[in-house]
Amino acid sequence: MDLDLELRGDRTAVLRITGRLTMVGAGDVRAAVDRAVTAGHPLVVVDLTDVPFMDSSGLGALVGGLRATRAAQGDLRIAGVGEQVRTVLELTTVDRVLRPYAHVDDALRGE
Amino acid sequence: MSRLLTIRVLVALTLALGWTYVGWRWSASLNLAAWWIAVPLVVAETYSLIDVTLFGVTMWRARERPAPPPPAPGTTVDVLITTYDEPVDLVMRTALAAQRIRYPHTTWVLDDGARPALRDAALAAGIGYVVRSPDWEGRPRHAKAGNLNNALLATDGELVLVLDADQVPDPAILDRTVGYFDDPRVAIVQTPQVFDNVPVEDPLGSQAPLFYGPIMQGKDGWNAAFFCGSNAVLRRDALMQLGLVGYVDASRLAVRRALRTARTVLARAARGAADPTVAEALTSVRGAATHALRRLDTGDPLGPVTYEFQRAVDAASGTLVDADVARMRADLAQIADLRDADGTLPLDESVLTRLAARDWSPLGALESVRDLLRAVDVDRHDEAQAVQPVATVSVTEDMATAMALHALGWRTVYHHETLAHGLAPEDLPTMLTQRLRWAQGTIQTMLRRNPLRVPGLTAGQRLMYSATMWSYLSGFTAVVYLVAPVLFLFFGVMPVTAWSADFFARFVPFLVASQLLFLVVARGLTTWRGQQYALALFPVWIRACVTAAANVWWGRPLEFAVTRKDGRSSAVAWRRVLPQLVATVVLVVAVPVGLARAALGLSAWSGTLVNVAWVGYDLVVLGVVVQALRYRGYRATAATEGDG
Repeated sequence: MDLDLELRGDRTAVLRITGRLTMVGAGDVRAAVDRAVTAGHPLVVVDLTDVPFMDSSGLGALVGGLRATRAAQGDLRIAGVGEQVRTVLELTTVDRVLRPYAHVDDALRGE
Repeated sequence: MSRLLTIRVLVALTLALGWTYVGWRWSASLNLAAWWIAVPLVVAETYSLIDVTLFGVTMWRARERPAPPPPAPGTTVDVLITTYDEPVDLVMRTALAAQRIRYPHTTWVLDDGARPALRDAALAAGIGYVVRSPDWEGRPRHAKAGNLNNALLATDGELVLVLDADQVPDPAILDRTVGYFDDPRVAIVQTPQVFDNVPVEDPLGSQAPLFYGPIMQGKDGWNAAFFCGSNAVLRRDALMQLGLVGYVDASRLAVRRALRTARTVLARAARGAADPTVAEALTSVRGAATHALRRLDTGDPLGPVTYEFQRAVDAASGTLVDADVARMRADLAQIADLRDADGTLPLDESVLTRLAARDWSPLGALESVRDLLRAVDVDRHDEAQAVQPVATVSVTEDMATAMALHALGWRTVYHHETLAHGLAPEDLPTMLTQRLRWAQGTIQTMLRRNPLRVPGLTAGQRLMYSATMWSYLSGFTAVVYLVAPVLFLFFGVMPVTAWSADFFARFVPFLVASQLLFLVVARGLTTWRGQQYALALFPVWIRACVTAAANVWWGRPLEFAVTRKDGRSSAVAWRRVLPQLVATVVLVVAVPVGLARAALGLSAWSGTLVNVAWVGYDLVVLGVVVQALRYRGYRATAATEGDG
């Protein structure tokens, strides 16, 4: 799994994940979100376009990130969700909390 | 005839005879002249028969599994050893044994006591050491469940083996259990809990051979074997899924509740606000709450809805901050006007009062509802972790966790092979505290998550969980079983119309069949101790029911104590079993009184003999308490045998 954190203007950031998001990478994802928040960019969009597989621990890291961003009046949004990731969102009922956006730009606008 | 078939025939026979007997008791034998004891007794008997029925259903599928497949190489495993205040030596004995487990793994000591000596010992031995993260400060700690949840976020193995601090694992424990996880639906493999520091006669009833044997095998047959807190391997992904589902449920509930309350409170505050700016801000936030609730009703996810709501709150606060600033400027101007000609500020009463009157600032109006508005969010800020994989609804986290996993469709396994050796309490007070805690936890779980109603369980699973919970209600019936014969022997009060041939013809066959069933099921195991304690600990069971109900329904604290296992002794042990001692004395006195009454012709011999036999049984059962009081711990016993 590779992480690419891009800090953008207006308190926003985009975290691009490439590869399997599992318990092994969960800690790194949390750390990356924390970095964005600390740097003053608490509105984080996680781009999952290149994540073919995610497990519950990976999703747990995103929920942990959501908590961190909310504490800084920000938000964590997900974009580019594939079939398997969508199944995990449904299985864990997290689709009732996180709305999957089609593209990063939609997520940044919240539409 | 195969063993399972024999058991099934005996179950059918016992239940047919039992329900015939109880049917007759209700329909033809109640002595309504003494209804106040007749009805409790027949209710108690019905309770016991339901207990036997659930036992029969459990045994119907008693399952002896074939040996598991060998574990696939490459599965990552964390061994988690939970400790709170056990001695460092004891924890390290377990941790070093865990290190010697053959299958590749990482060993961790989860120290809820955060003791430097334990940290040093663990790190020196190359063992991982975990304490609570700072997030737990000032938030509910959730005892052992919280300790495990904290560690689950700090580790990353696919499987976790959970061990109590005193459960020394066998090097083969993972070789024998990891293979079950080849089935991707398996979430838990539980192995027996067996104790080394217990003499053969087991005066404190520590071993549970019937439970960690036929009963768990029976539950396993219904895919309802549950997590017992230690000596079990769990699948991390299943636990995390559980934690996420729990997080979503809790957030939905909290957000809706907060929004509804906020609407009411904000409406009231807006009506009472003197300042029109304030009233306007409060009304706009109330509008946002109404809008948020409407969006949730149409199925919008919580995330965007709460985000939008919080921004609306921010905007409203913004207008009030502006208003506040304007007002402060005016105040300062006023204060400046009060200055004397020489420029000094007269610190008289009126100025101080004015400066102190910050509570009429517009922002203060929102402060009062700030906590409420803060709750309209998806971050569970009142908990240390948004995701709590191990259930926190009860002081015994294990059963609730397993039930939630079963409800999500996961499978569990009971592996009947001793793969860890533990330490049992060595004195009566510690044992009583431990039993109380288990009973409280089970009843808490039952009251919070009724297994008959939890969605997603199979009918068999509902029955299996109900069976365990049902058995903890036995304290009330035990009182009836102790009182009824005493009432007859002392006063001739008859709960039944007669102890006649009709009675014996129905009762004795049932008794014989049920004892036979028990004998076949136990297969030579010593289960008598367990039977004794089921009745003899009636004050503990009653106390557990009352305190757990008070906790769940009225939020009273449980007086929860962690079980200590280092052989503490207490001189006041007898006080903890006073009800049993009083009952014993009363029963003993009742026998000569009853015989004298029969000799004087005041009561019938048949009834007297039945009741004397009944009292005899009660006394043999209660006798275990006296034995337990005399027990001086395992070492002392060993010493008298010459090897201490």
